[in-house]
Amino acid sequence: MSSSERAAALPQWTRATSTWRDALLVTWAVARRDRFALAGLVIYGVLLVVALAAPVVAPYNPQDLNYRPDGEVAANEVPSLPHWLGTTNLGRDIFSQVLFGARAALVVGFVAAFGVVVLGTLVGLFAGYYSGWVDMLLMRLADVAFGIPFLPMAIVLVAFLGPSIWNTVLVMVLLLWRDTGRVIRAQVLSLRTRSYVEAARVLGASHLRTMFVHIAPNVLPLSFLYGSLAVGWAILTEATISFLGFGDPNVISWGFMLQDAYNSQAMARHAFYWFVPPGLCIMLAVMAGFFIGRGYEELLFPRLRRR
Amino acid sequence: MSLLEIDTLAVQYHTLHGAVQAVRGVTLSIERGRAVGLVGESGCGKTTLARALIGVLPRNAAITGGRVRFDGADLLQLSGDALNNYRWRRIAMVPQAAMDSLDPVYRVGDQLVETMRLRGGLTSPQARERAERLFALIGLEPGRLRLYPHELSGGMKQRVVIAMALALDPQLVIADEPVTALDVIVQHQVLRTLRELQETLQLSLLLITHDISVVADLCDDVAVMYAGRIVEAGSVREVFAAPHHPYTMGLRNAFPSLRARSARLVPIEGYPPDLASPPAGCAFAPRCPFAIERCWHDDPALLPTTGGRLAACHRAAEADALRTQAPQAFARLETTGPQSVRPGAPPAGGTL
Amino acid sequence: MSHLLEVTDLRKEYPLQSGLLSAVMGSRRVVHAVNGVSFVLDEGGSLGLAGESGCGKTTTAKLILRLLHPTAGSIRFAGRDVAALDGSDLLSYRRQVQFIFQNPYEALNPRFTILRSLLEPLIIHEIGQSIAERVERVAGALDRVHLNPPETFFLKYPHQLSGGQLQRVVIARALLVDPVLLVADEPVSMLDVSIRAGVLNLMRELSRERKLTTIYISHDLALIRYMCSVTAVMYLGTICEIGPTEEVIEHPRHPYTQALVSAVPDPDPTRPRRPVEIADTVPTPFQLPAGCPFADRCPQVMEVCRHLRPLLLPVDAGVRVACHLYPDSTPRTAEGYGAKMEPH
Ligand SMILES: Nc1ncnc2c1ncn2[C@@H]1O[C@H](COP(=O)(O)OP(=O)(O)OP(=O)(O)O)[C@@H](O)[C@H]1O
Ligand SMILES: Nc1ncnc2c1ncn2[C@@H]1O[C@H](COP(=O)(O)OP(=O)(O)OP(=O)(O)O)[C@@H](O)[C@H]1O
Ligand code: SF4
Ligand SMILES: [Mg+2]
Ligand SMILES: [Mg+2]
Repeated sequence: MSSSERAAALPQWTRATSTWRDALLVTWAVARRDRFALAGLVIYGVLLVVALAAPVVAPYNPQDLNYRPDGEVAANEVPSLPHWLGTTNLGRDIFSQVLFGARAALVVGFVAAFGVVVLGTLVGLFAGYYSGWVDMLLMRLADVAFGIPFLPMAIVLVAFLGPSIWNTVLVMVLLLWRDTGRVIRAQVLSLRTRSYVEAARVLGASHLRTMFVHIAPNVLPLSFLYGSLAVGWAILTEATISFLGFGDPNVISWGFMLQDAYNSQAMARHAFYWFVPPGLCIMLAVMAGFFIGRGYEELLFPRLRRR
Repeated sequence: MSLLEIDTLAVQYHTLHGAVQAVRGVTLSIERGRAVGLVGESGCGKTTLARALIGVLPRNAAITGGRVRFDGADLLQLSGDALNNYRWRRIAMVPQAAMDSLDPVYRVGDQLVETMRLRGGLTSPQARERAERLFALIGLEPGRLRLYPHELSGGMKQRVVIAMALALDPQLVIADEPVTALDVIVQHQVLRTLRELQETLQLSLLLITHDISVVADLCDDVAVMYAGRIVEAGSVREVFAAPHHPYTMGLRNAFPSLRARSARLVPIEGYPPDLASPPAGCAFAPRCPFAIERCWHDDPALLPTTGGRLAACHRAAEADALRTQAPQAFARLETTGPQSVRPGAPPAGGTL
Repeated sequence: MSHLLEVTDLRKEYPLQSGLLSAVMGSRRVVHAVNGVSFVLDEGGSLGLAGESGCGKTTTAKLILRLLHPTAGSIRFAGRDVAALDGSDLLSYRRQVQFIFQNPYEALNPRFTILRSLLEPLIIHEIGQSIAERVERVAGALDRVHLNPPETFFLKYPHQLSGGQLQRVVIARALLVDPVLLVADEPVSMLDVSIRAGVLNLMRELSRERKLTTIYISHDLALIRYMCSVTAVMYLGTICEIGPTEEVIEHPRHPYTQALVSAVPDPDPTRPRRPVEIADTVPTPFQLPAGCPFADRCPQVMEVCRHLRPLLLPVDAGVRVACHLYPDSTPRTAEGYGAKMEPH
């Protein structure tokens, strides 16, 4: 090949060297090999569409009170054509609430998971790469985070910082990075002695470059594994916090719906249409996270599967 | 009659990617009291062959053809007790990397005794007494029987696993890479012990290695294995002095000697074929500078050449002429790279 | 004229992870991986480091490459103290000194294509103006290590190449920065014999064409004879003999070298050999003997050997030996040795 031919082929070669494209390809490979992971991806896909389309698709504003033609508040309606899943005791449309709940779930789940992955991976990279006092300090911090009982602490912090969905996310990131951090650190410790990492040093790569260009791509799949598990955890935690009444009162989330239903004795009235849909949605969303996590795990540690 | 006669033995592994033909019709015989070296590159099927002989193949492996006669008996037809009368008692093996699989929590003496009780049905006192004699035999003080594996050096551990193979007085010992992980000095000592044992006990020895020098050092006969086949066999002196197969010729120029100033070394370009889909013709043809058209589709059989030797090459009759050209011929391939498999079409530079 | 590389009394201790008991007792045990290594290497020279497993060859190499920091001693490169380099000086040192790893299967990032791996040194050292120019250089480097045509390797991942091809890629990567000194740690020990020669020849050609200075580490003396003009034999972290390769191998002077040379098997079964027997006791690098490190195993051990460490001093024919059999090696203070020996 002449140099001009090579110049023509250049874009193709450089494109193929992107790490992030790699990571996406890995995710796709996971989904293709594992039906559960595929199901998880599909669930998230549907959730994403619903969350984006909620304002357009939802028949009512989830916060609005609805009225019957006779002017009465349409409270505690059973499912009907105008209200597919009935209404709450204040006359809000449950179906619209379920649709809008997807927004809260996705925001909480993905923002928290993103935060957990970023923070945990950074901590793991630095602790594993610079052994010594950096490692010592970061791992003692992780020990502290491990020592804190997660849910009570989350509630206390949210109560202290104020009931807002962003505070919920923040609290989860602050408490959940520890697992990711530990695991990434262990991985980095073993990668650090690999020849190709030493080779990067020999070539003159700086510490940061070695860490982020040479080590990070090799731990990203593991970060994603913990990230996808964190999505599930975060959605579940947000639901719990809301259900216990510490959630953001201005955001309709599935946990908030459950709390609403519970407080209005929906269970006693057998109003399944009220509490089952949000419960089901929480379950699906959480499961989707674990399914994807499982797929990653099997790709990363194939031995588990064979045994 | 030879002690061991292997006739067109074939072994396959079943894998996710189809069958791997690890041993593809090996024919080899071992005379009583002789040391035979089996040499070949990594993955050519040496370990598989050894495990097939002693009947300890992994579960995904199957013997798909051939015969193995030991002292007249057809080993592959035996099973159960009849087979156990041969395995370990008459044929024993020192497995590859065996010294790393000594159990770290038991004393080596206890492991040796346990082996004898399990494989030979000896009573404990009998086994203990024998263990001491074995230790003396392999050149370790009996006191070391009480040590744990980590208290022994690599060479001593290797001696212990050799003692385990000798435990039941076998006639044939198969040693799979017995010195590979050892330093030269220790390697030399272990090899010398092996040779002395072989001579004093009148053992037959099948020594598996990828290191030709080890074979040259220790063995009487040599069999060269390539891609699941024996491609050349004969006495060590003759084979190394005047190889009949191009692969052996290539190997001779491929690594330096300590004791002579080496001329420029010549590698054998390319690498062995994938045994999941072995080629139709000679497996060495793509790396062979002497391949002719016939080599690409017709697989050469292992046939007698001159002087009681065996070679699997269509041009074995021209060996003397080829040998003189071998260094230049292999060097030519070094610059052009290995030839791709083109059945039918004569490869460039194939004829002389 | 000063030497390209001057290694003086280099030492490296690793702390030995010890059990609870010794932690309580407060004893700090260390592995003396490198214990006083000194040598010089001139531009264009090739030095072979031989010795058995664990004698400190890799540690010495990593100290030279500044992948490890020495416990004591100094390394000077082109007259400058390597330990003191920082910033752009260090970067330039990293450009001038390159390393070939023992295990080619691990030396390349498994998630990088070959092209990406080979672009890395160019990016780090800002060689080449444009990406196109860099790709050209990569193609040239692959061509020089006989991987042809280069483009076919660009988008391959390491696991798609054979060991011999990988080692060539690793060599190509080292060449991209135009090094002055190339350190190779057992570059062919993981490769099959039939293809070793290809890699060895390549390295020989390169060092001749480019006047590369090379340090070649191997436990295989035959390979060192083929590759190097000077050979150093290491034992327990020290050099026990160093000199022109032919001298060291044809007429070994140190008893350890004699044993080592005689133990190497020969591919020619007809060549007669006269093995030198030594004990196969395991040398332990954490409790070094006061005297000669080889005393325990030496067939010619004398009283002085057990007390006094011999110095590496010239004997003849350009060979230096650290052994009391050669009177120059015995330190002058040793007159009437006994009570007043320096403890080691
Ligand atoms: N359990 C197994 N399942 C599938 N394939 C196997 C198995 N064991 C070995 N093989 C394949 O069979 C072939 C021969 O392997 P074998 O271990 O006999 O080679 P070898 O000559 O002993 O190599 P080495 O010198 O590396 O020990 C190789 O291609 C190997 O990949
Ligand atoms: N990171 C480490 N921590 C503790 N001890 C080490 C470390 N690296 C090496 N050692 C010890 O230092 C000594 C020298 O090791 P080194 O790797 O330099 O030997 P070598 O000559 O390269 O051996 P080989 O031929 O086996 O590669 C050995 O005893 C080894 O166990
Ligand atoms: S000449 Fe033909 S048969 Fe003989 S080794 Fe070469 S390719 Fe095989
Ligand atoms: Mg094997
Ligand atoms: Mg080493």
